[in-house]
Amino acid sequence: MQHSTGYILLFAAMVCGVCSVFVAGSAVVLEERQVANATLDRQKQVLTVAGLREPGGRLNAAEADRLFEENIEAQVVDLKTGVVVEGVDTMTFDQRKAAADPATSEVAPDNSAKVRRLPNQGMVYRVVRDGRFESVIVPISGQGLWSTLHGYIALDADGRTIRGITFYEHGETPGLGGEVDNPRWKELWVGRKAFDSSWKPKIWVKKGRAGTPEADPYNVDGLSGATITSRGVGNLVRFWLGNDGFGPYLASMRQAG
Amino acid sequence: MATADREALLDPLFNNNPIALQVLGICSALAVTTKMETAFVMTLAVIFVLIGSNVAVSLIRNRIPDSIRIIVQLTIVASLVIVADQILKAFVYDISKQLSVFVGLIITNCIIMGRAEAYAMQNPVKLSLLDGVGNGLGYGVVLMLVAFARELFGSGSLFGVTILRSVNDGGWYVPNGLMVLAPAAFFLIGGFIWAVRSYKPEQVEEDFHVGALLELGNEGSLR
Repeated sequence: MQHSTGYILLFAAMVCGVCSVFVAGSAVVLEERQVANATLDRQKQVLTVAGLREPGGRLNAAEADRLFEENIEAQVVDLKTGVVVEGVDTMTFDQRKAAADPATSEVAPDNSAKVRRLPNQGMVYRVVRDGRFESVIVPISGQGLWSTLHGYIALDADGRTIRGITFYEHGETPGLGGEVDNPRWKELWVGRKAFDSSWKPKIWVKKGRAGTPEADPYNVDGLSGATITSRGVGNLVRFWLGNDGFGPYLASMRQAG
Repeated sequence: MATADREALLDPLFNNNPIALQVLGICSALAVTTKMETAFVMTLAVIFVLIGSNVAVSLIRNRIPDSIRIIVQLTIVASLVIVADQILKAFVYDISKQLSVFVGLIITNCIIMGRAEAYAMQNPVKLSLLDGVGNGLGYGVVLMLVAFARELFGSGSLFGVTILRSVNDGGWYVPNGLMVLAPAAFFLIGGFIWAVRSYKPEQVEEDFHVGALLELGNEGSLR
C-alpha cells in the first residue's frame, strides 16, 4: 500500500497525539493515589526501622497514622547546629524538596556519597514508647551504582548502636545492588556500632563476610556482585551520621541525655 | 462461540503456547516467578497490554503506512505499558515495587510485538482481541505453573500462605535455594515444554536431532 509522505507524517503525528493523551491522562488521574501510596510506604518504612511493625506485614493508612501518632515524634532540626527548629509543620516539611530548593539549601561539600545539595534543615524521628525515648531515626541518601538510594537508619538511645536500616527508594539492579532490600541483609546491621569511641562514623560495608556484631561491630557483610552499591551504602551512611549531616544533631541529643 | 473465535482464544493455551511453542517472552518468566502473587499480577499486566495492543493495531491495520509499521506498533505498546505501570502503582503499590523494572520491560516482551505483527495486522478486531486474551492466558499458564513450583519448593509457601514451614521459622523444611534462582525457571519451563510435547507430539519439529544443528546447510528444520 503506497502512501504519500504527507499521509505518513500525519498518521505518525496522530498516533503520537492519541498515545500522549492516553498516557498523560492516566498519569494525572492516578497521581493522587500514587502519592498517597508512596507516603504510606514511607511511613511503613520508618515504622519498620523503628521496630514497630513486622516487615512485610499488611498495614493500612489509618493504622499507620495511629502507630505514628502514638510512638513517633517527628522533629525538624537545623543540620549545622543540631538544634531543633520550632514552629515548622512536620506534616508538610519535605526534606528532599528543601534540598532541591536553593532558598532552603546549599551545595554540599565534596563527599564520597556524591550528595549534591544539603538542606538547611532536616527531619528526624524520635521513637518514644511509654514515655521512654527508645531510638532516633535519621534519613539517609546517596549514590549507588545506577541510582540515588533513599532510606532511613535507626540508632538506639545510646546513639551508637544501630537498630535498623532500610531503603525505600532506589534503582539498583534487582538481585545485585537491589539486595539492599533483602531482610536478611538488613538484619545484619542490627546491633552493630555506627560510631567509634571518639564519635566518628566508623560503620562500613566491607567486601565479603563480616563477623558477628560482637566480634566485628563496625562492619556489615558486603553484597555479592554489588561492590559499588555496597560502597555507596557505606559512604552515604557515614556521610549522614557525620558532621556534614546529622552529626551535630546526634551529638546534642547525646548531651541532652 | 464460533470456531474461529474459539480457536483464537484457546489455541494459545496448549496448542500454540507463546512460551512453550512460539518460545517468546522467556525473560520475564525467569524474573517474576519466584512468587505466585507477582506472577499473577504480571500475567494480568501482560493480558491488559496484549488486549490493548492487539485491538489498537487491528483497528488501524489497513491504514498504517508500511514504512512506519513497526514503530507505530511499538508506540502503542509502550503507551499501554506505561499506563499499566501507572495503574499498578496506584492500586497495588507493594506489588508494583516487587515487580519494579519488569513491568516496564513488558515492552520488550516478544509476545506483544509478535502477536501484533503476526496476528493483529492481518485479522479483524474481535479475533485479535480473543487472540490477545488467549496468548495472555497461555503465558499465564506457564508463569503460574513455574511460580507454583518455585514458591512452594523455594519458599515453602503458596501466594504467601505457608505450606511447608521452613527451618528458619522453626519448622522442618529446608527451602531449596536453587528454586529461588533464575536457572530453576529455565529447567521448569524446559520440563513444561517436554510435558506438552509428550502429550502433543505434533509440536516436535520435523527432522529434529541434535546432530542436525551441527551440520552445515539446512538440515534439521526448526520452525
